[in-house]
Amino acid sequence: MASKRKIATCSLAGCFGCHMSLLDIDERLLDLLELAEFDRSPINDIKEIKGMVDIGLVEGGLCNAETVRVLHHFRDHCRVLVSVGECALTGGIPSMRNHHSLKACLEESYIRGVGVENAHIPDDPELPLLLDKVYPLHEVVTVDYHVPGCPPSADALWHVLSALVAGRDPHLPPALLKYD
Amino acid sequence: MTHVLETAAHPRALRRVAIEPLTRVEGHGKVTILLDEQHRVHQARLHIVEFRGFEKFIQGRPYWEVPVLVQRLCGICPVSHHLAAGKAVDMLVGARQLTPSAEKLRRLLHKGQLLQSHALHFFHLASPDLLFGFEAEPERRNIIGVIGEHPELAVRGVKLRKFGQEVIRAVAGKRIHGTACVPGGMNKPLAAADRDALRGEVAQIVRWSQEAVRTCRDLLDASPHAPIFGVFPSNFLSLIRPDGALDFYDGGLRARSASGELIFDHVDYTHYNRFIHEEVKSWSYMKFPFIINLGDEDGWYRVGPLARLNNCDALDTVFAEHERQLFRQAANGGMQHATLAYHWARMIEMLHAAEGIERLLDDPEILGTDLVTRGERAFEGVGVIEAPRGTLFHHYRVDENDVVVRANLIVSTTNNNQAMNEAVRQVAASYLDGQQLTEGLLNHIEVAVRAFDPCLSCATHALGRMPLRVELVDADGVVVDRLVKGSDGRCTRDDAV
Ligand code: SF4
Repeated sequence: MASKRKIATCSLAGCFGCHMSLLDIDERLLDLLELAEFDRSPINDIKEIKGMVDIGLVEGGLCNAETVRVLHHFRDHCRVLVSVGECALTGGIPSMRNHHSLKACLEESYIRGVGVENAHIPDDPELPLLLDKVYPLHEVVTVDYHVPGCPPSADALWHVLSALVAGRDPHLPPALLKYD
Repeated sequence: MTHVLETAAHPRALRRVAIEPLTRVEGHGKVTILLDEQHRVHQARLHIVEFRGFEKFIQGRPYWEVPVLVQRLCGICPVSHHLAAGKAVDMLVGARQLTPSAEKLRRLLHKGQLLQSHALHFFHLASPDLLFGFEAEPERRNIIGVIGEHPELAVRGVKLRKFGQEVIRAVAGKRIHGTACVPGGMNKPLAAADRDALRGEVAQIVRWSQEAVRTCRDLLDASPHAPIFGVFPSNFLSLIRPDGALDFYDGGLRARSASGELIFDHVDYTHYNRFIHEEVKSWSYMKFPFIINLGDEDGWYRVGPLARLNNCDALDTVFAEHERQLFRQAANGGMQHATLAYHWARMIEMLHAAEGIERLLDDPEILGTDLVTRGERAFEGVGVIEAPRGTLFHHYRVDENDVVVRANLIVSTTNNNQAMNEAVRQVAASYLDGQQLTEGLLNHIEVAVRAFDPCLSCATHALGRMPLRVELVDADGVVVDRLVKGSDGRCTRDDAV
């Protein structure tokens, strides 16, 4: 049996909608599993990529130290790295917080908020360091392909994945190239 | 009560076990546990470690953007946020009563969402634990394992979810992050062709949902854990229709105590702030809501399928009502307190949603084109619905320029925050206390969190497994023991330590 391509996926500062869209390939999931297997991904128990994988799909931008760590790990262990969706490409909706100071955002939620008691900003060492702003992936690592959309449609993701799994360079036809 | 395990008396003297990441939707989550030399549990906490700042950055945006914007909080149940925000925005334009067609379209959209979310949760995520056992080998115990060993069940799960997603696409234009709600109504009618296509399939979906209830019940009956695992008393909160029936889309707030007495009933949800406050704890970005007059110690509650079926007096569809009665009888008419009963309740709700979709598709008004209404302008709006995971609150204030100046959201998973912490503590105390770490043990904690279908772990959780690493760290911060799940999904002890 020819060895299957390995795919790893993760969600950083995203809403998981891009992963849901991947699931929206519906029964084609079974076809995909014929050609590829999942390494680290929410669909299994694998926490960290070991060795190298062929394709890494990353949803969401960078918002705290942990997301930066995971992204570097993906870059180091994925032959092809794909940023998937608006949040990964531009920071997306979470990057709207960049118009405000982080302090103002925290105070709004934990001090000024409606019906808040014991008002204070959570600061336990268990909470990872927040970044000053939300950043897109390509500002931190080299990204090989960008798939736009919020989320990219299941057909677009299927198109990209089938090309990459077959070792081809993916090109989205205009009908699948959407930004909404 | 396991509540005592929230904070250890002398944390510095204890070893720390971290299970991370549980991964996110409203943020990444992890569990930490503090143990003494004899492995006795002194503290267990579920932390939410990501922060978005939504309540701030929504300020300054025009209110009509809100329903499309806020759904990007969560790609698992975006429709829920879209609808809750939509209802709040209706209030701003004075549309307290929508046109019949607009309301029916929203209800249809919402039921599509419930169906897809509940199907995803049960089949893709929870079924592996129940099919193979909590301690089964991790390489089997995931959706790919289900596809391999129970292909018909897995494919059915995929198709049930697909149908729910297609209902959403027909109403909102896209399966994820579509647009449907506009202030005072809906932006487009349902196409007759879409209605007909869905109608052709729905009877099958209802049948499969009935079978799913049975499958779930059989699996729970066969599980040695079901009656004892994560069983703890709590209050319950949900929306209720004026006649006491369950309503996912609208109604008043009802809360019951652990023994079933009403704490409050038919409360106008726009006054939620007089009944519920949220406590901040330094160790989590997720706040801890509680019923004000019971106080933060005793006032916490559970929401979601278990709470809804405990709370309501009836379901208004035939098959689901029959199942609800069996559900209540199993608790001798009292409250169901078992964490795993969430799954059973979830499948009954999925059936209820499928039957509701069938009824709405048969209703000629679903094709109506009178979709928007307006009334007297207001400056404050509250929208509350029952999302798949529980009661969801959206609250906005705008100024005379139509710009949002204040926002408050209490998402379903936040409402379950204390309850999930209780479940983690209960399971840690009964399965972990005094034991050496094992993979199967870790999975017990995952199973407990997973039963709530929390959005914090939507990330991994919705698709299946929470990836885990557990570390034992001594008081000096030195790692003394580490378990990792390897690339084969197998859990191993890291001997390098
Ligand atoms: S791009 Fe859109 S769908 Fe994808 S994670 Fe971001 S908000 Fe969610």
